Amino acid sequence: MNLKLKVWRQSDAHAKGKMVDYSISGIDGDMSFLEMLDILNENLINEGKEPVEFDHDCREGICGSCSLHINGEPHGPDKFITTCQLHMRKFKDGDTIVIEPFRATAFPVIKDLVVDRSSFDRIQQAGGYISVNTSGNTVDANAIPVQKEAADTAMDAATCIGCGACVAACKNASAMLFTSAKVSQFALLPQGQVEATERVKNMVRQMDLEGFGNCTNTGACELECPKGISLDNIARMNREYLKANLKG
Amino acid sequence: MGILDSKVPSGPLADKWTKHKNEINLVNPANKRNIDVIVVGTGLAGGSAAATLAELGYNVKTFCYQDSPRRAHSIAAQGGINAAKNYQGDGDSNYRLFYDTIKGGDYRSREGNVYRLAEVSSNIIDQCVAQGVPFAREYGGLLDNRSFGGVLVSRTFYAKGQTGQQLLLGAYAAMNRQINRGKIKAYNRHEMLDLVLVDGKARGIIARDLVSGEIQRHSAHAVVLASGGYGNVFFLSTNAMGSNVMAAWRAHRRGAFFANPCFTQIHPTCIPVSGDHQSKLTLMSESLRNDGRIWVPAKMEDAIAIREGKLKPTQIKEEDRDYYLERRYPAFGNLVPRDVASRAAKERCDAGFGVNKTGEAVYLDFSAAIMRYGKEKALTSGIKDPSDDTVRKLGEEVVEAKYGNLFQMYEKIVDENPYKTPMMIYPAVHYTMGGLWVDYNLQTTIPGCYAAGEANFSDHGANRLGASALMQGLADGYFVLPYTIGDYLSDDIRTGPISTESPEFEHAEKEVRERIEKLMSGKGKNSVDYYHKKLGKIMWNKCGMARNAEGLQEAIREISELRKDFWENVKVPGESKSMNQELEKAGRVADFLELGELFAKDALHRQESCGGHFREEYQTPEGEALRDDENFKYVAAWEYRGEPKDAELHKEELVYENIELKTRSYK
Repeated sequence: MNLKLKVWRQSDAHAKGKMVDYSISGIDGDMSFLEMLDILNENLINEGKEPVEFDHDCREGICGSCSLHINGEPHGPDKFITTCQLHMRKFKDGDTIVIEPFRATAFPVIKDLVVDRSSFDRIQQAGGYISVNTSGNTVDANAIPVQKEAADTAMDAATCIGCGACVAACKNASAMLFTSAKVSQFALLPQGQVEATERVKNMVRQMDLEGFGNCTNTGACELECPKGISLDNIARMNREYLKANLKG
Repeated sequence: MGILDSKVPSGPLADKWTKHKNEINLVNPANKRNIDVIVVGTGLAGGSAAATLAELGYNVKTFCYQDSPRRAHSIAAQGGINAAKNYQGDGDSNYRLFYDTIKGGDYRSREGNVYRLAEVSSNIIDQCVAQGVPFAREYGGLLDNRSFGGVLVSRTFYAKGQTGQQLLLGAYAAMNRQINRGKIKAYNRHEMLDLVLVDGKARGIIARDLVSGEIQRHSAHAVVLASGGYGNVFFLSTNAMGSNVMAAWRAHRRGAFFANPCFTQIHPTCIPVSGDHQSKLTLMSESLRNDGRIWVPAKMEDAIAIREGKLKPTQIKEEDRDYYLERRYPAFGNLVPRDVASRAAKERCDAGFGVNKTGEAVYLDFSAAIMRYGKEKALTSGIKDPSDDTVRKLGEEVVEAKYGNLFQMYEKIVDENPYKTPMMIYPAVHYTMGGLWVDYNLQTTIPGCYAAGEANFSDHGANRLGASALMQGLADGYFVLPYTIGDYLSDDIRTGPISTESPEFEHAEKEVRERIEKLMSGKGKNSVDYYHKKLGKIMWNKCGMARNAEGLQEAIREISELRKDFWENVKVPGESKSMNQELEKAGRVADFLELGELFAKDALHRQESCGGHFREEYQTPEGEALRDDENFKYVAAWEYRGEPKDAELHKEELVYENIELKTRSYK
């Protein structure tokens, strides 16, 4: 395949960025999207130019490092995958591919396609945990039975990889799907009940402080989420939030 | 005993850890507030250690090269975590987990450490459940288990095919709780470039801020290295792209011995290489071997027809398939340990029975499991006389519930539906049993420098059993290190803050800056990846699944030449004072180019086959590994002496008092 690429280049957080055109040839359908970018970078290095910086690590869809807005969609055209799992067989010879960073006020660009998602960490730090000591002096694991359905639904919420596609897809750049996934996981489990009130209040407060927008139930987040995290989680968080505030 | 003292406590095996905990020194809570600890790496070992140390009261600084601790590569572990809970009532016990681990490691690990690992394993599950880790459950609400290779019990706890993710998010949550309390300061997108020793003790690190390029000095009373394994020395592996040996190697250069570098695990079930463009390999969890049957065509003409695309695997009749693991190892069948399964796949492919265009793939087939589960499901759903299609459909649903995410990953990469046609798999580099030498307290040969998780060598001998890496990482971090490090730090209660203005820090920073300058000033012929790929080819061809003296000698020579070429001709674009991923890679590959040579040297010196280390010269007539306990029943710990070729060997003899050394058999 021969392709035309339009790639966002920005030298640092303060610089003004712009789209730059590149041509690339000899791309095989079995290559992953990031392997295509590896080849672009190898070419750039050999031409004495600076390669395109992008976040990536595990390259198997679980670490949540890779991002990229590809042809207007977070993680590109395929469903239930991250950019590193996107393969070039989804494109045709002669295609033009537009590659941008995830865009959101709370995700400032660091360089080229790399964005700062530390706002997500701070939301988790505000309450995304159960306050038990890790010294191991707890009850036997089977002393806390959990209904299979609740455990499975909690697991579905817990599979969030924190990539930020939900924010990038949302017209309001809302982090409701991300935040609600963690709130839901604990709301569904008996272990999470003790701190439920404070957790949801603190996490939502931090989410607002970070400058994420609000949710208007468009559902783009669910559609673009590589792990298929359900909108039900947002409903569950809203319920938890209401409950917490009624308790005062 | 020589220079290496393992410090394993005396007394009966089952009492050692309790006795040790009772005898070691403690630091009182008020004094802990005056003590700083650096933790490098935030995977299962580092994340859990950081959280627990902070909870105890120490001031912790964590470092990871990723943008968040949650992205450490423990996240990618799929299948599960072992624990001797015996919830299934199938005869499991601490002793049995200990026995399986020593045997699985081909009698090259330390009894005391492994027993402790088995002993704390149950506690890990209790701890993680209390933290809200959503393990898989049965309909009665209790925890479910599955089986992994090399054992005869069901002791593996799991969360779909994402167990590592869930356990890491548990440790990350525990870290977040301490970050919120101000007890952990997390330095993300930072990389450790050197270890700083003051008066012979580890007292800090030099780190680079990967965003600004700033070189920083960080001091502490102790340094914990939990920076993972070095599988990426092979370029292609199941490790993350950024996984590297730098932290461990820098410590090695400062005096920490590196143990058994040649003990590397080649995992049998990975998606085969598809071409030269490949940047990494993807694992298909060992848990799939619970239900998948591994085979190749029994007839050469069928194998050839398949490779040429003239025949499909589903067209091959049952009697024309060679289920070679079931044939060779009837007792364990498809659940033999990883080293055995990998070599058996290589043997069949080398004999010409491989099933993809490169001839390097075998089948992992779920059709029998789908039909078996489907029949059971039809019965429990009250469906009478179901058609084959109904059974298949029901069975596919059961398999999807168990392994759905793995099947999806496979389909996205290979573009084939594994419910309908067998998966193709081939062995790939996955885990490194070797690592920094540590004593029973997890301390390296540098006082105050500890190593935990995959970064140390301690528990898996020459081959790690499935679902034991997660167990070891969390055991080290939650339950071992927090005790043992206190014993060392009890001498430091009056030391006060460690200054970063000392000549030692100045000197270390200067060396780091010079190294970066040297990397940036290469004459510029080839990219970093060019060298990494070349190194990977040498490693895979000459230090891979089968090794021999001649190949290893060539590898040593070739790696040394490649390293020289690298330092003269590597091209690193951009500048060092800003984000520069090529510079990051260059530093890591420079260290791999040293480690690779030591790896080959270690493999050459170990004139026996054991676990993942298979020397072609030492095998039984049936092609099984031939161990030499008389001459090689020791840990090989290498001391840095300048060039890797000059490394000095120190031996820690392994003593087996509670287990009888046998030839490992899974037949």
